[in-house]
Amino acid sequence: MAASDTAEVVDLATTPVRELNQRLHDAAAGGPRAWRIVNPNGAHAIAVGIDAELDVVVEGHTGYYAAGMNKLASVTIEGNAGVGVAENIMSGRVHVKGNASQACAATGRGGLVVVDGNASSRCGISMKGVEIVVKGDIGHMSGFMAQSGALVVCGDAGDALGDSIYETHIYVRGSVQGLGADCIEKDLGDFHRAELQRLLDAAGADARVDEFRRYGSARQLYTFNIDNAGAY
Amino acid sequence: MCGIVGLFAKTPEVEANLGALLAPMLHAMSDRGPDSAGVAFYRNPVADGQTKLTLQHDDPRFDWDALRQGMQDAIGADRAVERRANHAVVVAHADAARAESWVEEFFPDVKIMSAGAAIEIYKETGRPEAFIETFDIQGLSGTHALGHTRMATESKVTTAGSHPFSTGLDLCLVHNGSLSNHNGLRRMLRREGVRFQTENDTEVAAGYMMWRQREGDALQQVVDHCIEDLDGFYTFLIGTRDGFAVVRDPIACKPAVLAETEDWVAMSSEYRSIATLPGAESATTWEPAPATLYMWEKERV
Repeated sequence: MAASDTAEVVDLATTPVRELNQRLHDAAAGGPRAWRIVNPNGAHAIAVGIDAELDVVVEGHTGYYAAGMNKLASVTIEGNAGVGVAENIMSGRVHVKGNASQACAATGRGGLVVVDGNASSRCGISMKGVEIVVKGDIGHMSGFMAQSGALVVCGDAGDALGDSIYETHIYVRGSVQGLGADCIEKDLGDFHRAELQRLLDAAGADARVDEFRRYGSARQLYTFNIDNAGAY
Repeated sequence: MCGIVGLFAKTPEVEANLGALLAPMLHAMSDRGPDSAGVAFYRNPVADGQTKLTLQHDDPRFDWDALRQGMQDAIGADRAVERRANHAVVVAHADAARAESWVEEFFPDVKIMSAGAAIEIYKETGRPEAFIETFDIQGLSGTHALGHTRMATESKVTTAGSHPFSTGLDLCLVHNGSLSNHNGLRRMLRREGVRFQTENDTEVAAGYMMWRQREGDALQQVVDHCIEDLDGFYTFLIGTRDGFAVVRDPIACKPAVLAETEDWVAMSSEYRSIATLPGAESATTWEPAPATLYMWEKERV
């Protein structure tokens, strides 16, 4: 962003992560909109819990739970992200320019998460409304118990994709090593083509809708049987 | 939790500074494992027919010279003994079986940490930063090294329960995770003649690997059998005479990061350790896939 010249710079070589996060939280009440975080060196919990329309760029690799619980902010990680990047994201946008480790965007409720590289195992586990676009591959057990939202994979998916899935829409361009329990291939209808096109555009992904297959729930598991409703 | 680190040198400069490079990696994993720490260094290989032993005694004033002299008189030994805190490296002029049984017979209080041509294992309870200081890890050179910081979950915090575990001559294992079927496996392995010092789950994995190698398995087959028989979570880093290998269980919950440059290959539980290395920013960095063996070995000159 052009704002980088005027961005507030925080050097994690000299500033504790707690102090950084406190300043980002305080920014909800006013203050700098553009932030640049340098020397992250894989530290955990960078830029967690932001609740303001900030533009945050992290110059390097992050550790666990970067940009977790994000609301409204746009967080860009110019490197690889560790376990649970954007976990429980509520809204806004998290963009990982490298690869993401396991449990990317786990339990996310809204917003958009874009991974330019690969995401490893359990990407979008228990996702509840977040939209995820991975330009590379995703690892095994991705979309496990995914409840709503959409997961777009421009590369290949690992084993046990969408195990015990509810209503999330999964789109995969490449191969799927294996589908999890109750996950099946479904038709790519007009509604889904429009949704997929919107997400590819939003992520700036260079792929055509026609190249994708859609996967979702067969709704055959115990939880989908109305006779079992009393058990919950 | 627990933290694992490994560093494999590709240049003489990295070999010379191996300890100085590994120490900050280990330190970065302190909060994953504050109970105990340990390392295995592969360095200064001894001649054929000789065996390098790393020995440990709880008494810091233990008379290592007396042990060495006794060994020299009985089976032959190098004149120098290299002490490092309450550990010592002695070189026996005998094969490993003879050297180890001599120690066990005449110095039953002395623990044998490792045996082989190049391996040295040092481990102790307490904070990793204290371990690094006490054992002067920065001062060690070597071709490759493994390290571990422990957060005990399955058994007591003791020196013997710390990692790395020796799994045979010039072989060792460090582990992040926990095994759930270690009691049954330990019973089975005891029947096979494998001996155990602790109630530790990783020692069972080490004993299992030792047993599979005794049965003739190559490393790939050992790992295949581990994936079949070990129930639980693990990222294993396995040290061999000429390099190291990384393997994760099929679920792969326990973290692992690999990075490689022209100068080194590094493995760690987290990128934070790798970030301490020169050239880390431009390294090829990736996460090992589940149930897949990754291995680096140096050609022996």
